[in-house]
Amino acid sequence: MTAENLTANLHLLTPEFVLAGFALLVFVLDLFLDDEHKDLLGWLSALGLIGLAVLSVLMLAGENESLYDGLLAVDAYSLFFKVFFCGIGVFIILSSIDYVKKFLNHPGEFYGLLLFSILGMNLMAMSRELLTAYISLELLSFSLYVMVAYALGNPKSNEGSLKYIIIGALSSAILLYGLSMVYSTLGVTRFDAIAEELSKAGDVSPALWAGLALIVAGLGFKLAAVPFHMWAPDAYEGAPLPVTAYLAIASKAAAFALVLRLLAEAFVPAGDRWDQWQIIIVVLAALSMLVGNLVALAQRNLKRLMAYSSVGHVGYILAGTAVLAQDSLLGANGVIFYLVGYSVTSMVVFAALIAFFNATGQEEIPDLAGLADRQPFLAMAIAIGLFSLSGLPIFVGFTIKFYLFTAVANEGYLWLAGLAILTSLISLYYYLQVIRQMYIQPALAAPADGDEHDGDAEVESAEDAGETDEHLHTPAHHEPVSDYVPLPRPSPALIAVVFLGLVATVGLGVYPAPLLDLVEVASAAILPGG
Amino acid sequence: MNSFDQSALLLTILVPLAGAGLSMFLPRNRPNDAWYFAIFVSAITLVISIGLFIRYDFGVGGYQFQRIYEWLDAPLNIDLHLAMDGIAATLVLLNGIVLFGAVLISQTIKHRSRDFFVLLLSLGSGVFGVFVAQDLFFLFFFYELAVLPMYLLIGVWGSSTIFDPDRQRLWGIPIPFDLGSYNRPKEYGAMKLMLVLVGGSVLIWVGILALYVASAQVGQGTFSMVELGILAERGEFSPAFQNWVFPLFMIGFGVLAGLWPFHTWSPDGHVAAPTGVSMLHAGVLMKLGAFGIIRVGMVLLPDGAEAWMPVLIVLGTVNVVYGAISAMSQRDLKYIIGYSSVSHMGYVIMGIATLHPVGLTGAVLQMFSHGIMTALMFAMVGAIYERTHIRDITVLNGLMKRMGFASFFFAVAGLASLGLPGLSGFVAEFMVFVGVFKTYLPLAVLAVFGAALTAIYILRLLARTFYGEPDPRWEGLNDASPVEKSVGAAFVLILLFVGVWPAPMTRVINVGVDSVMRLF
Repeated sequence: MTAENLTANLHLLTPEFVLAGFALLVFVLDLFLDDEHKDLLGWLSALGLIGLAVLSVLMLAGENESLYDGLLAVDAYSLFFKVFFCGIGVFIILSSIDYVKKFLNHPGEFYGLLLFSILGMNLMAMSRELLTAYISLELLSFSLYVMVAYALGNPKSNEGSLKYIIIGALSSAILLYGLSMVYSTLGVTRFDAIAEELSKAGDVSPALWAGLALIVAGLGFKLAAVPFHMWAPDAYEGAPLPVTAYLAIASKAAAFALVLRLLAEAFVPAGDRWDQWQIIIVVLAALSMLVGNLVALAQRNLKRLMAYSSVGHVGYILAGTAVLAQDSLLGANGVIFYLVGYSVTSMVVFAALIAFFNATGQEEIPDLAGLADRQPFLAMAIAIGLFSLSGLPIFVGFTIKFYLFTAVANEGYLWLAGLAILTSLISLYYYLQVIRQMYIQPALAAPADGDEHDGDAEVESAEDAGETDEHLHTPAHHEPVSDYVPLPRPSPALIAVVFLGLVATVGLGVYPAPLLDLVEVASAAILPGG
Repeated sequence: MNSFDQSALLLTILVPLAGAGLSMFLPRNRPNDAWYFAIFVSAITLVISIGLFIRYDFGVGGYQFQRIYEWLDAPLNIDLHLAMDGIAATLVLLNGIVLFGAVLISQTIKHRSRDFFVLLLSLGSGVFGVFVAQDLFFLFFFYELAVLPMYLLIGVWGSSTIFDPDRQRLWGIPIPFDLGSYNRPKEYGAMKLMLVLVGGSVLIWVGILALYVASAQVGQGTFSMVELGILAERGEFSPAFQNWVFPLFMIGFGVLAGLWPFHTWSPDGHVAAPTGVSMLHAGVLMKLGAFGIIRVGMVLLPDGAEAWMPVLIVLGTVNVVYGAISAMSQRDLKYIIGYSSVSHMGYVIMGIATLHPVGLTGAVLQMFSHGIMTALMFAMVGAIYERTHIRDITVLNGLMKRMGFASFFFAVAGLASLGLPGLSGFVAEFMVFVGVFKTYLPLAVLAVFGAALTAIYILRLLARTFYGEPDPRWEGLNDASPVEKSVGAAFVLILLFVGVWPAPMTRVINVGVDSVMRLF
C-alpha cells in the first residue's frame, strides 16, 4: 500500500468529512446558544442532512470505486444507503424537536450525537473489510449508548441503557474476537479476499467455525435477532421515544446494510459453502419471526410491543439475507426494499406516537383509548402504519412482504416463507389490539382525584406531562366518558413527518417501481453476477 | 374498442378507491355529505358495472375488456392485467348493485360517517379488483383490500349481541341444552372474522408462492394467471404438486366462502356488522371465496381440482344441511340469515364441486341470486332492528301489520331463499341439483333435504315474525323509509326478473363456465 493509494480518491469521501465537520459544528454552536433557541440546532441538523444527501448524489452518482486499498466502497449500494440514512435522520430530527425541547436536557449534544451516528451508519454501508466495518459499527453504537441513556433520572431509562451498554459492549467483544479468529485462520480481512479463501476446497478448521459463529452472534446482538434479542425490549422501553424510533429504524437498517454487503461479498461468492451455511441464518430468521411475534402478543407497553414486533421483522429480513444468491438479485432487492418500506412505515407509527406522548405523556396501549375521537389524524396514521406493518394492502407493508417472501420461496425455502406469512397473521392480532383501543374503545375519563372540574384541569395541563406523569398511569381512574377531551394539535413538523410518511406508505405500496429501479442498481453493486 | 371498453375495468377499481380517498377530505361533522358523496360514487360504479355486463359479448366469450398496465419489471414481472369473463361479468354486476344498495341503506350511519364510507368504498373497490384481476399478485392484493376494512367496519359501527340467558326457549318450547348467554360483543365478531379470513389468506399466499416457484422451475417465474393457465394446460404442473397446492386454495378461499368447518366467523361477523356491511359481506364478499376456487384453483390446478372435488362436495353438502339445522335453532334474525348464508353457500360449493357445466352454471347463478336475496334480507332486518332494537324472533311478531313494506320485501327474499319457483333462487338451486344428480346422486338427496329444512326455518320465521298476532308493543312503528323501500323494491324486481327470465344471465355465465369446463 503506497501513500498515493491512500490519497488518490480522497475527494470521494467528501460527504463523510462534511458530515463529521458538521456534527462538530453543532457541538460548538451548542455552546453559544441559550436554552430557548436550542431547537435551532435541530432545524440546522435536518437542513444539513438534506444538503448532505443532495451533495452525495451530485458527487457520487455513477461512481464505483474502492478506497484505501479496498477498505471502503463508494458505489451505488453505499450511495443508496447514504441517502436513505440521511432521510431517516431528517425524519427522526423533525419528529424529535418538540420532544427534546420538552423532556430532555442537553439538546445540542442530542443532535450532534445523532449526526455522528449517521456518519457511523454511512461508513457501515461503505465498508468492505472486517475491521473497518467493526469501527463504523462502534461509532454508531457509542452514539446510541449515550442517546439511549438520555432521559437521565428516569429509572427505566437507566436500567435500559445499562443493559444496552453492557450487552452492546459484550457483543462488540464477541464480534471482535470472532474477527480475530477469522483473521488468524484465513489471514485476510477484506470481504473479497475472504470469499477467495473460502471458495478454496479443503476442510474448514475449527477455529474458523468458532470465528464465524462468534461473528454471527455478535451481529445477531446488534440486529436483535433471536436468541440475541433480550436487550431490545428494555432498551426500547427505557430510551426516550425518538431514540426508540431511531433504534428500531436506523440502527437496524444500518446493521442490515453491513450484513448484506458482508454476506454478498464475502460469503455468497463462496458457492457451495454458502449453500451449506445458509441454514444458520435460516434458523435465526425462523426463531426471530416466531419468538418476536409470539412474545409481542403479551405486551402492554407500546414501546415493548414495537420492540418485539421489530424482532419479528428482523426475522423476515434475515430470511431475505439467507437467500442471497449469486445469479439472482431477488433476495438482495427484497431485503433493501423491505428495509425502506419498514422504515417508512415505522416512522409513521413512531412519529404519531411521539406526537401522542408530547400531548399526554402516556405510552401504554390502553392510554390510546378513544384516540380516533380525540385526535383523528394521529389515530388514522397509527392505524395505517400498523396495518402496513402487518402486511395488508394498499400499504407498502404488503408489497415489501410479497416481494421478500417471493424471493425466499424462490430460493427453495417455501416453508420459511409460509412461516413468515403465518407469523404476519399473528402480528395482525396484536396490531389490531392497538387499533381496537383507538377506534372502538371509548375515550377514557381524565384521571382525577377530586371532582370533575379538577379532572378537566388535569388534562388541560397534561401537555406538561413531566409533572402529571404519575397521575396519568393510575388506571383505577380510567372511566369511559361520552364527551372526550380532544388532544392539542401536534406541531407542524410532526404533522409534516406523519403526512409525508403516510404518502410514502401508500405511494410505495401502490407504485413501487421507481424505488425498485434504484434498489436494483444498489443491489447490483454488491452482487455483480446477479 | 371504444373508450368505455378500454377503461371500464380500471374504473370499477379506481372510482370507489378514489371516492374513498376524496371522502377523507369531507368535513367531519356533516354526515349527510359523506352519504351523498358515497351515493354519487357508487352510482357511477353501478352504471359502469351494468355497462360492462351489457357490453360483454357472450357470442364471442372468453376474456374481454383486456387491459395490461405495466407495474413491475423483472425479476418479478408483475402487471396490472385486467380482463373479465362471463363469470366475472355476473359478479361485477352483483357487486355494483349490492354496493349501491349498501351505501343507500347506510343513511342511518351518523357517527363518524365519513370514515364509514371511506372504508365501505375501499371494500367495494377490493371486490371489483378480485373479479377482474388477471395476475395473482393483484388478485391477492385486492382480496386483502376487501378484507382489511372489515375489522373497523364491524368494530366501530357494528352492534353487540346480548341475549337473556334465562330465556332458554325457542318458539315456546324449552330448549334442553344450554344456548349460552349469547353475549357476543361486536369486537368478538370483528376480531374473529378478521383473523379467520386473514388466516385463510395465509394459505392462499403460500399457494401463490408455490405456483410462482413451480413456474420458475419450468422457465420464467410468473404471477400472471394467463401464463400460469397456459403452463397448466400444457401439463407443466405435476399431479403431485397440484394435489398439495389445490387444498391450499380450496381451504384458503373456502374460508371466505363459508366452507364448513371454517364457517364460524361468518354468522358472528354478519350479526355484529352494521346493515350495509352485512349486505356487502354476505352478498358479495363470500362470493369472492367461491370465485377464487374457480378462478385460481380449478383453472390453474385442474388435476388437483379433480382429485379434491369429492372432498369439496361432501363439505358443501355438510354446509347445506348443517347451515340449515343451525339456522333452525337460532332466535336472532341476523343469526338465522347468517346461517342460512352458510347453507346457501353450500349449494354454490356443491355446484362448483360437480365439475359439471350445469352444476357450475347453477353455482354462479346461485352466487348472484343469493347475493341479492341475502342483501335484501339484511337490509330489511336492519330496518326492523333500527326501529325495534330487537332481533329476537320470539319477541318480534306480527310485523306485517306495522311494517308492511319491510315485511313484504323480507318475505319475498325468504321465499327466494327457499327456492320458490318464479324467483331466482329456484332456477339456481335447480341447476345445482341437476348437476349433483348427474354426478353424486346420494348427496343430491341430502341437498334436497337441506332445501326442505330451509323451507322449515324460513316459513316458521315468516309466520312468527311477520304474520303472527300483532304485538301491542309495535304499535306506532314506522314502516321502511323511502330509501329502504326503493332498495327493497329494486332488489325484489331483480329476484323476480332472474327467476322468470334467467336467460340473459345464464347465457353470459355459460360462456364463462364453458371455458373453465374445457379443462376437464
